[in-house]
Amino acid sequence: MTREVRVTVNGQEHRRRVEPRLTLADLLREELDLTGTHVGCEHGVCGACTVLLEGEPVRSCLVLAVQVDGQHVTTIEGLAPADGPAPGAALHPIQEAFWAKHGLQCGFCTPGIIMSVSAFLRERPRPSPEEIREMLAGHLCRCTGYHFIVEAIEAAARALADDPHRR
Amino acid sequence: MKPAPFDYVAPASLDDAISSLAGGGGDAKVLAGGQSLIPMLALRLARPTLLVDVNRVPGLDGLREASGMLEVGATVRQRQLETWAAARSSLFAHVLRHVAHPPIRARGTVVGNIVHADPASELPALLLALDGVVVARGPRGERMIPADRFYRAPLTTTLAADELATAVRFSLPPAGAGWGFAEVSRRHGDFALVGAVAVMARAGDGTVSRVRLAFFGAGGTPVRAVAAEQALTGQVATPARLADAARTAAAALSPDGDIHATAEYRRRVAATLAERTLGAALDGSGGAA
Repeated sequence: MTREVRVTVNGQEHRRRVEPRLTLADLLREELDLTGTHVGCEHGVCGACTVLLEGEPVRSCLVLAVQVDGQHVTTIEGLAPADGPAPGAALHPIQEAFWAKHGLQCGFCTPGIIMSVSAFLRERPRPSPEEIREMLAGHLCRCTGYHFIVEAIEAAARALADDPHRR
Repeated sequence: MKPAPFDYVAPASLDDAISSLAGGGGDAKVLAGGQSLIPMLALRLARPTLLVDVNRVPGLDGLREASGMLEVGATVRQRQLETWAAARSSLFAHVLRHVAHPPIRARGTVVGNIVHADPASELPALLLALDGVVVARGPRGERMIPADRFYRAPLTTTLAADELATAVRFSLPPAGAGWGFAEVSRRHGDFALVGAVAVMARAGDGTVSRVRLAFFGAGGTPVRAVAAEQALTGQVATPARLADAARTAAAALSPDGDIHATAEYRRRVAATLAERTLGAALDGSGGAA
């Protein structure tokens, strides 16, 4: 049994016929070639596959593709402004902060963290280090020891506070 | 891993949802937030032949507070209850912060968490501590299942396979009641190794008029410490009496040992957390319930 799904990802509408067991993460990666969303544990623990669904952060491995029919998804590919001088080449301020503060090593967990952070900073524009660590508990990083990630998020919060229209 | 194949329906009415469930012959599962079910499918711990997605059923998304009661419909996300709690209840706000992580709470439902019946989860214990009720609808109509008759074993409740939990109801603590909540876990957002929640109201003469103490992660189901509650009711809650009640409560537990903690460790931590949460409920340090 397959069903048709119509979903808008990063502003672009797609239609696909899918099996009900296909996850949103696999729809993005396998059907739409949006491989920036990473799949780690496939059962909701690692946070690598986090995307925005209707603006809210969700684990895309814990949402079925058939459930997002008619909805809007934002992935890491859709975070940076596409209207800059080199479309798609510019970085979002959160990405810039991760780059500047060495908030990643292998980068596997990074897209999920950045999508979570984009929702988190909307809600808490000036988070304390404790709030950042509490939020980060939902994301596993095996390289960094988290310190540089916390610093990157603090830097991103400052950058967005100075330049709120880039949120 | 990937889930095994299943059929999927997204009924647009409550009656259709219930007849779909009944049509699944015990092999259908309800899908709401999916934050417990989809991991079980991925790990192939569950292999239902049919998922009944209730997200498009009208009337299940209500979050209503009326005459001391809070009713939460089957598709209300944990995140929505957290938003309600930010303005209305320091107890709910505090408990919800400990339920997994923001991306899980954005999707996971309150009712789903309660019905999933993980014994180490926070909300089932809160439902017990607030004399909650599960509203169940099935082919034979609607029934109310009190929280203290809902949980049977890990991931097992008295809800029948053809019943849908359409809502849960919490009795909100009376004005002036205090609360305490504590859990021990390895990382923030993990399931608790052990946890406790207490709610206490006192009469004008300072004696305890009503107290509830419930544990999670301390056995096969969430547990209410009824003997300890009875020992405190009608008494002036002195530190010595709270410590006694906490010991009584922990002694009645039958926690399991596993790779994370031994049974004895859980029992000792439960006694400590019970004393702390009762103490916090008494002095009102958590704020208005």
